[in-house]
Amino acid sequence: MIRKTSILLSAFAAVLMSTSALAETELTVYTAIEAEDLQRYADAFNADHPDIKINWVRDSTGVVTAKLLAEKNNPQADVVWGLAATSLLVLKSEGMLEPYAPKGLDKLKASFKDKDVPPSWVGMDAWVASVCFNTVEGEKLGLPVPTSWKDLTKPVYKGHVVMPNPASSGTGFLDVSSWLQIFGEADGWKYMDALHENIAAYTHSGSKPCKMAAAGETAIGISFAFRGAKSKAAGAPLEIVVPEEGIGWDMEANAIIAGTSKLEAAQTLIDWTITPKAMTEYNVGYAVVGIDGIAKPVEFFPDNIEAKMIDNDFEWAANHRSAILEEWAKRYDSKSEPKS
Amino acid sequence: MAEIQTQLPAGPTTHLKLDQDGAIKRSLIAVIALYLIIALALPLYVMLSKSFTTYSFDLTRYEFQVSDEAGNWGDPVTAAALNDSLNIASKADLGTSSDGRFTAVDLFPNFNFRSKVKYRIRGLVPDAPYLVGLDLQNSMEWNELDSNTFRRVSLRPVRDIGFTNYRTYFSTPSLFQSIENSIFIAVVSTILTVSIAFGFAYAMNRSLMPFKGTFRLIATMPILVPSLLPGIALIYLFGNQGLLKDVLMGESIYGPIGIIIGSVFFTFPHALIIISTALAISDQRQYEAAESLRASRWRTFWTVTIPGARYGLISAAFVTFTLVITDFGLPKVIGGQFNVLAVDIYKQVIGQQNFEMGAVVSVMLLIPAIAAFVVDRMVQKKQVSLLSARSVPFQPKKNPRFELICLLWCGLVALFILSIIGICQYAALVKFWPYDLTLSLNNYDFDRMDGGGWDSYYNSIQLGLLTAVIGTSIIFIGAYMVEKIDGFKTGRSLFQFLAMLPMAVPGMVLGLAYIFFFNNPSNPFNFIYGTMAILVICTVTHFFTVGHLTALTALKQIDREFEPVATSLRQPFYKLFTRVTVPVCLPAILDISIYLFVNAMTTVSAVVFLYSTKTNLASIAVLNMDDAGDIAPAAAMGMMIFYTNAGARILHTFISRRILTRTQAWRTR
Repeated sequence: MIRKTSILLSAFAAVLMSTSALAETELTVYTAIEAEDLQRYADAFNADHPDIKINWVRDSTGVVTAKLLAEKNNPQADVVWGLAATSLLVLKSEGMLEPYAPKGLDKLKASFKDKDVPPSWVGMDAWVASVCFNTVEGEKLGLPVPTSWKDLTKPVYKGHVVMPNPASSGTGFLDVSSWLQIFGEADGWKYMDALHENIAAYTHSGSKPCKMAAAGETAIGISFAFRGAKSKAAGAPLEIVVPEEGIGWDMEANAIIAGTSKLEAAQTLIDWTITPKAMTEYNVGYAVVGIDGIAKPVEFFPDNIEAKMIDNDFEWAANHRSAILEEWAKRYDSKSEPKS
Repeated sequence: MAEIQTQLPAGPTTHLKLDQDGAIKRSLIAVIALYLIIALALPLYVMLSKSFTTYSFDLTRYEFQVSDEAGNWGDPVTAAALNDSLNIASKADLGTSSDGRFTAVDLFPNFNFRSKVKYRIRGLVPDAPYLVGLDLQNSMEWNELDSNTFRRVSLRPVRDIGFTNYRTYFSTPSLFQSIENSIFIAVVSTILTVSIAFGFAYAMNRSLMPFKGTFRLIATMPILVPSLLPGIALIYLFGNQGLLKDVLMGESIYGPIGIIIGSVFFTFPHALIIISTALAISDQRQYEAAESLRASRWRTFWTVTIPGARYGLISAAFVTFTLVITDFGLPKVIGGQFNVLAVDIYKQVIGQQNFEMGAVVSVMLLIPAIAAFVVDRMVQKKQVSLLSARSVPFQPKKNPRFELICLLWCGLVALFILSIIGICQYAALVKFWPYDLTLSLNNYDFDRMDGGGWDSYYNSIQLGLLTAVIGTSIIFIGAYMVEKIDGFKTGRSLFQFLAMLPMAVPGMVLGLAYIFFFNNPSNPFNFIYGTMAILVICTVTHFFTVGHLTALTALKQIDREFEPVATSLRQPFYKLFTRVTVPVCLPAILDISIYLFVNAMTTVSAVVFLYSTKTNLASIAVLNMDDAGDIAPAAAMGMMIFYTNAGARILHTFISRRILTRTQAWRTR
């Protein structure tokens, strides 16, 4: 039914757009937003701005980032809407983003915008780490529900934990960088050494550990809350655990690509992406959004999530990314012991 | 021509004059050779040079100036001088990836971000990039910063050429461990596949067991699915929620065990076809001789059967080895933490955006693949000389006990193949494995998943058809030029070499080479990047060799006299080509096109780097859905590919039969 309405809506939008075809601008927008949310966001935007048509280029975070970097000297995108902030920081350090202060910037939470004036990027919603625990398998295997990151290193969980590989998954990287921030560098690595003993597999994507937990393929998946809530809504016997030490997070963020020939339309779009109306749309799936006081609780989302989010130092994470990944790969990337 | 002949007496030496016909032929072969150079040779060359592109911090390019607390500036000093005096970073430490950062305060041991000391930094050459926080700076002007800002300064690497990437590769155990892993997997899978396929082929050719037709049909099924599918099936069979989990006795299917079982599945038909051909050509007379010498069956087997089939066995072994070592889909799905070369390329490129290291791993993968290819070619050359015109085809005799064993062996293999495919179909129809086993079509709602939805399926069919039509034309015309034109020898042998090369180039390597070559704004062919065209070109090139060999075999059957006859009748070659050559070779042409179609539907390795949002493919969707954890929809899409290929196969058989009866009547008298 929802699909039907959205088809009707987009048909309606198409009629609207065809009537204003003369004034129409087309924007090429790169995104990593979930496939199922994409059309809804575009429809909401076009309801306010029927004269700007969005041409989506969608892929996973890693692929979109690789694509943007590959096109560094010959950019094809006008706008990035919904890409991990850590990826946008990489683009910023390559000088690929056009600084712009969108309307309504002051309403945005301080942590949801670039600290430079004018900012190079603005955030839309947060994407927080969580642990998905399969209660059916947990009971079968006699596993207690973990409540903290430290719990996961207990011998009882040996071989029952799956987490994403930080080298290929944004979620994996935010886990690792948050542990290094929570525990400090030395203890952070010590923690991961202990956790590594319990890990059954490092997956390529960040949503897979939770989906594996949902299917009982593993008992515990380190993933992100959004995915856990979705799987739980689909009927999976999951408990979504927010570890008590605090959780790493990243945000979906937006920016204008430097060199776009459609700056005005790009600015209109960026303005819209941080309006309260846009935030309400993000809130359908995400519990934490960029403006205070808008978010309503999302079904199956753990409720204490915002309080547990750590004070994430994105700049530190971005500038140490390659060093952290190199160290990580050295320690854990091969199941067989490294030969010296 | 006629005038010349009247003037000159007939002599033994005639020089072939380039007439209009010859000119067309030569320009055609030039066009197709150019295609292979652009679509194969140049990209590989660019990739090779990319593997020598390194990034390092060039400390001689930066200069610092430090003040005391009162604000009096000291003498400027280069970063290199600071490093030399303090010995902070060795030469090896300065090598890095394109994303490397060198924190500037590391060069100042007394640094304190609270102090009032100020710092200045500038580049000494125009290209000296550094970051303040995340802002990219690249200027020869002094940039003055307080201590608290200066700690956020990091230097960026610059491009260079050298062996650093290879040095890094071999000093990173997690990377070069993959070489050993890949070879281990390939060797074990090869031994298993060749043994199983030999048993199967032996039963098919040397016994009178029933159901041969059915077995032959089942045995070729694995060709119709992407290699990802057996991986997915094994998760459902032996994963932690698998139906047969206990069979593994606590061992995990994720890792070498899974890769090997899956590899046996998808390489089996390839090995079977080669070994079957080798066994089919054996000579009855040798067995009669063995019998009259009263050799035991066992002895006959080892002294007659095996030597007779040895070239086929060796060839099958090398083909299997190459297929396994270059396969990407299966280890990706079920490899767990067991790293292999093909997956490493993907991880380096897609995961870490480290294109240079991806190129290095590609070179590592290219070496065993080329070695296997060269050995195989040498062996194949010998195989031809083994055939004799006086051979008598082998006639199997009735032997119920032997037939029962054969039936059991083939039955087991068939059961293995059918259960892999069957479990995928079942899992695709189940609502929520393993908690809700009611049947539904939810998993076919691809538009709600990652991977491009139903569009990717239609894109795949489009790719399959385009590859079949365009690829078959290019391949067949190319083969015709190699086989049927006179003169132009160097050009023809260069062409022959280029046509054989794709067999040795793993798909991952080809795909990566295409990124480097085509995604370069200064390349005139840059515009095809991200379109369906690049996928078609890549797929045609990737599967060129087998088609080329098929076409050559068919063309060799046509008498070479046809060309001179046509010339003497003053018929242009294209008339001969369309009226005689193509109709005669039609069965081969159809075989090439179905081969290209099926492979275009199932290929993952090369196109995984080249698809764009608008040209998503079904096989890539299987990969991406599995990657995101949507394993059941991935199985569902895999089965769609299977049914489509099966349908195409049936259609192909039907059309072939019809055309054969209409155009190949000359074959029967």
